[in-house]
Amino acid sequence: MSSGKNSDVHKIVDHLFRREAGKMVSVLTRIFGFKNIEQAEDVVQDTILKALEVWKFGKVPENPEAWLYHAAKNKAIDMLRRQQLKYKIDSDISYLLKSEYTLAPALNEMFTENEIKDSQLRMMFACCNASFTQEAQITLILKTLCGLSAKEIGKAFLSNEETIQKRIYRTREKIREENITLDYPGANAMTQRTDAVLKTLYLLFNEGYHSSHPEKLIREDLCEEAMRLCLLLIENPKTNLPQTNALLALMCYHVSRFGARLDDKGLIVLLKDQDRNQWNKILIEKGNEYLNYSAIGKMVHDFHIEAAIASAHANTTSYENTDWKMILNLYDTLLNRTNNPMVAINRAVVLGEAEGCHKAITELEKLKGFTENCYYNTSLAEMYMRVGDKETAKKIFGKALELTSSNAEIELIRRKMKMCS
Amino acid sequence: MEKFLYLFRGGENHAHNANDSEAAAKNMQAWGAWMQDMQQKGILAGGEALQPTGKQVNGTKKVVTDGPFVEAKELVGGFLLINAKDINEAVEISKGCPIFHENGKVEVRPIQKMEM
Repeated sequence: MSSGKNSDVHKIVDHLFRREAGKMVSVLTRIFGFKNIEQAEDVVQDTILKALEVWKFGKVPENPEAWLYHAAKNKAIDMLRRQQLKYKIDSDISYLLKSEYTLAPALNEMFTENEIKDSQLRMMFACCNASFTQEAQITLILKTLCGLSAKEIGKAFLSNEETIQKRIYRTREKIREENITLDYPGANAMTQRTDAVLKTLYLLFNEGYHSSHPEKLIREDLCEEAMRLCLLLIENPKTNLPQTNALLALMCYHVSRFGARLDDKGLIVLLKDQDRNQWNKILIEKGNEYLNYSAIGKMVHDFHIEAAIASAHANTTSYENTDWKMILNLYDTLLNRTNNPMVAINRAVVLGEAEGCHKAITELEKLKGFTENCYYNTSLAEMYMRVGDKETAKKIFGKALELTSSNAEIELIRRKMKMCS
Repeated sequence: MEKFLYLFRGGENHAHNANDSEAAAKNMQAWGAWMQDMQQKGILAGGEALQPTGKQVNGTKKVVTDGPFVEAKELVGGFLLINAKDINEAVEISKGCPIFHENGKVEVRPIQKMEM
């Protein structure tokens, strides 16, 4: 790891720091208590600064993780000895931190692989506490578990650093006011709380997958983080539920298409026109594997149906061979359960493939309140185009054009409008 | 519930040389487990390990000398405060102490309550 170009070192170090920062913040917050999360973050920040100072001449140690953990442990022990924490520690291990007999051994124990995973899991549950808004949950996950800075989160959400800082600040107030801890939910609440975590990971993933963010790298990062955390849930028997596997399967199928979704110029390639050879076979296989695991038990979760739809696409060799009837059935089931407007739009598009575009137009026009939604308008215009009503199609594409700020989408709609002339 | 003091004497390894050998590190892990167990049961009330050096301040003249110079097996290596029903229970609890694997000893002393 000590050789290679300077830029490589930077890349390795950047990636390492982000990932390890997430782990260390989780562990230290578990030790200090959720209320002292700011101080846990301070320790991690100091540790990373120290590492940069020591490693800046390219001398990255053989085992950089161990180096970071060692430095963080020492700082933490120092703070505990001096009783510098802002809020009293109130956790199941607080006693072990009070006596020199057990302080250092307890910290060593907390930094072992299993305990690190355990801390991350606890942190995930805590971040997805019902008293936080969905936005706050995702922000908190990205900040504490994924090691993103407020600036980076702001960039990912096309927002600014200040807004994110304020959101984090309010969340911390809430942690203290409502005395939220890093304890595991009881056995009764486990499934329900895991579902809440899954929902947040799903939204985090969608933020990466569907967002119109101009930077591809940021989008892929968000998806990767969502998958990593989902995998962590699968590794633990408490949270390895059928729906956890279904969600990871769904993510694998979606990400398998990453390489084919944009062309060389960064323009969007629609599912119909994607080169399926570019789909990542390994990820599709993984998706199939997790979908199999998800089939245990009697309960059907929305993720099962969404994963089944994604699987139908991923495992079909060409657009023409797609089993639209089956996919339509799945969408009908999903719509019955969720009443989600995006599902309704998607279902109408599938109806167009399965039973003809006229039916799709009727269905789409029945949906109320989406005239300001870009995707609704492009879907409707596409259907008009296919039935030969180019004039109406062009008009609606024109409307859609006003509703997006994404360059890739604007370019795609412009191309479509040209086809209508 | 009464309070008792455990005074630990002797034992090949103790907290002060916990990093010196694998055997000592293992021994301290056993201490950690023992103490965690006592904490969970609400027995443990406090305590620290001690370094094997120090000073002594003596008599009316408060003469300071180096010390404690006693035989290693008599040296106090640490103390704990615990809660127990009576001396018998305190003794029973002390038998879980890993110091006995090391041929050390525990002195169990009831805390004196001061009458008003």
